[in-house]
Amino acid sequence: MKISIYRFNPDKDKKPYNKVYDVKRADSDTMLLDLLIKIKAMDDSLSMRMSCREGVCGSDAMNINGKNGLACVTKIDDLKKPIVIRPIPGLPVIRDLVVDMKQFFKHYDSIDPYLKNKKPPPKKERLQSPEDRKKLDGLYECIQCGACTTSCPSFWWKPDKFVGPAGLLQAYRFLVDSRDDANEERLEDLDDPDRLYRCHNIMNCADVCPKGLSPSKAIAGIKKMQMTTKKPKFKTLKKIFHVQESKK
Amino acid sequence: MVKNFEFDSIVVGGGGAGLRTSIQLAGAGQSVAVISKVFPTRSHTVAAQGGIAAALANVSDDKWLWHMYDTIKGSDYLGDQDAIEYMCKNAPEAIYELEHMGMPFDRNNDGRIYQRPFGGMTKNFGESSISRTCAVADRTGHAMLHTLYQKNIELKTQFFIEWIGLDLIRDEDGDVLGLIALELQTGDLGIFHAKNTIFATGGAGRIFQASTNAFINTGDGLGMAARANISLEDMEFWQFHPTGILGAGVLVTEGVRGEGGYLINSKNERFMERYAPSAKDLASRDVVSRSIAQEVLEGRGIGANKNGVYLTLSHLGEELINEKLPGIREISIKFANVDPVKDPVPVVPTVHYMMGGIPTTLNGQVRDGVKQKEVNGFYAVGECACVSVHGANRLGSNSLLDLIVFGKAAGQHILDSSKGKKLKKLPNDVTKKTIERLKKIDTKGSLEDPRELGEELRAVMQKHCGVFRTPELLNEGLGKVVDLKQRIRNISIKDNSKVFNTARSEALELQNLIEVALATMASAKNREESRGAHSRSDYPKRDDNSWLKHSLYSPKDGSLAYRPVKMQPLSVKSFPLKERVY
Repeated sequence: MKISIYRFNPDKDKKPYNKVYDVKRADSDTMLLDLLIKIKAMDDSLSMRMSCREGVCGSDAMNINGKNGLACVTKIDDLKKPIVIRPIPGLPVIRDLVVDMKQFFKHYDSIDPYLKNKKPPPKKERLQSPEDRKKLDGLYECIQCGACTTSCPSFWWKPDKFVGPAGLLQAYRFLVDSRDDANEERLEDLDDPDRLYRCHNIMNCADVCPKGLSPSKAIAGIKKMQMTTKKPKFKTLKKIFHVQESKK
Repeated sequence: MVKNFEFDSIVVGGGGAGLRTSIQLAGAGQSVAVISKVFPTRSHTVAAQGGIAAALANVSDDKWLWHMYDTIKGSDYLGDQDAIEYMCKNAPEAIYELEHMGMPFDRNNDGRIYQRPFGGMTKNFGESSISRTCAVADRTGHAMLHTLYQKNIELKTQFFIEWIGLDLIRDEDGDVLGLIALELQTGDLGIFHAKNTIFATGGAGRIFQASTNAFINTGDGLGMAARANISLEDMEFWQFHPTGILGAGVLVTEGVRGEGGYLINSKNERFMERYAPSAKDLASRDVVSRSIAQEVLEGRGIGANKNGVYLTLSHLGEELINEKLPGIREISIKFANVDPVKDPVPVVPTVHYMMGGIPTTLNGQVRDGVKQKEVNGFYAVGECACVSVHGANRLGSNSLLDLIVFGKAAGQHILDSSKGKKLKKLPNDVTKKTIERLKKIDTKGSLEDPRELGEELRAVMQKHCGVFRTPELLNEGLGKVVDLKQRIRNISIKDNSKVFNTARSEALELQNLIEVALATMASAKNREESRGAHSRSDYPKRDDNSWLKHSLYSPKDGSLAYRPVKMQPLSVKSFPLKERVY
């Protein structure tokens, strides 16, 4: 079976290139990762990240036949041949399939991805109804693999400014958590033409998410909260308004 | 290039135990660095499914003393009763802390944390099964690890991500002064000079062929400790999880049986009724795994090679499966081509957890040698440590608990005991041995191939140190592993480039795996009894007169020493030895 893989080693290569490997598939090879491990045994210079091999750690996101996904849960049978593997796009390549995810995690950190609650916690657990807990389903399961954000054209356009689908999904996870009381502050931080409104509902994020989550839906949720929150500040709208004022 | 860093404390490993320790330290304003070979949320804690035990009594009356009894019985009386008391007593508070940090626990109708039954967890000292295991669907480890990482973001903990630990720094007095690590992205070495070094490096399940463990579980902490001549405790005890997916090895949580799923053989019999008439499918893991292996041996296995059994849960209904076991449905469809809503899942006992590890006190301080002297400046927490709370067999949902209870305890002990502590001077030529080892791996020539030797090692361990062990298998196996160790000294890689060289990190990992495998084989061969997960054909019974003691393997010469089990708890009466029946 032929697989074409993006190769680049900054120690040796002036330019990236694609290398075609011919690998013999055994009956026990079901997932793409099984084949990549075989290739690595033939050529130990191939670098990639991998760990849990069951789709929960988020290490092995890559671009597979033009679409982002996790190699460990992508079935070989489902792929058009020859298979073409590239690193996830939009982030600097460190080597081969390994990209530098600093920018991606910077956005994650920027939304304050932790519970904020000014009241001192009770002695036992904070209570939460099963209905309120259900609101976190489809959000907390994110594995930070980066497949969504790096398939988003808005992120490619403004990687330093747009929080991106993964970061915004987590922002929404805390916005809808009944235990979090920092909604105003969170919404104001996101009320920004680049941080939030750079999303134009292209929906690549939901299409590629290996966990079946929909960042797009979460982003729509944040936008709706921006409109309906009690003390709207609408920084974005004010900016536009300000421009019109100064024209007078 | 060598980079130099100084910290009050360094935590090696970014899984649940490491991140809980760093929260304690960073929260108190210590300068602390977490050094991890993968991005923290890629650590293997993320794969824990079923839950985390604590006697919260949210579903029915419960007491930490009952939890303590279950854990002691589960450990086949090898667990230290003081450590077990400490863990079970502190469990509820540890859970509430996680909840306050934002962990998205499932809830009961009254808004309290949801709890489910799990293997070996009982009410009133073995009377009947109890709901004690707190859960986030079947993604509890994921939810816990992400919550702990998020709390570290809030506390602004400093992270060194994709740095792999190579060697401990120990001076002439035997004190630990930090760590030498390799930065994957650049290939640079780092000397992390610290007052306290905390190992939270996780397990080593990759010494076996069929393992639920991630590729990263290569026992790096144990390898480093062994190279620094620190003894390893109870390494013969490896947990085989009853339900890894046949062929793929991927874990299917015990929570499936907790929610009402059960095992059947090729004759459609619920065979656990024969082996554990009372607890049935919720007997402890060593018992269930041996029962499955026995069914297979007697020809009642399923699948093309008749080497597994079925886990059936379709009777639970689609709604419950989607709500409480969604990850299992996803995994079964992907890895077993089976939708558990309709069909049973083929499973087989698969290596899952290392009960042994680096010996520590209740405060996480490493104890060394026959005299069990505390090593200054050195701590270990989580799966890489052996306190010992799990003894000869860990109960499901006690491992996540172990991480956070002892992670916090170690952090707190460092805060309490290191006031005014100064950095000791580093020894001369501190990187010499490490650099020699790295150079050897880079040497070109007709040396040994790490991948091939890794495969060989895993095959030997699988065959010679499995669910059922015989003297012949153990003797021959030990010889083979000793042999492999010699050959692994001579491994070399073809690719010598500096940037993100995973061939190099895999070779370094193999040098850790072999230390773990050797300790395992030697300890298993020496223990002439059957207890918990260690089952021998020639000594089929537990022998409390001769073997109620912990193994201490010395990496220096491969010898074994023993220390007595601590039967005296901290504040309650000792639980006396009893025959273990489920």
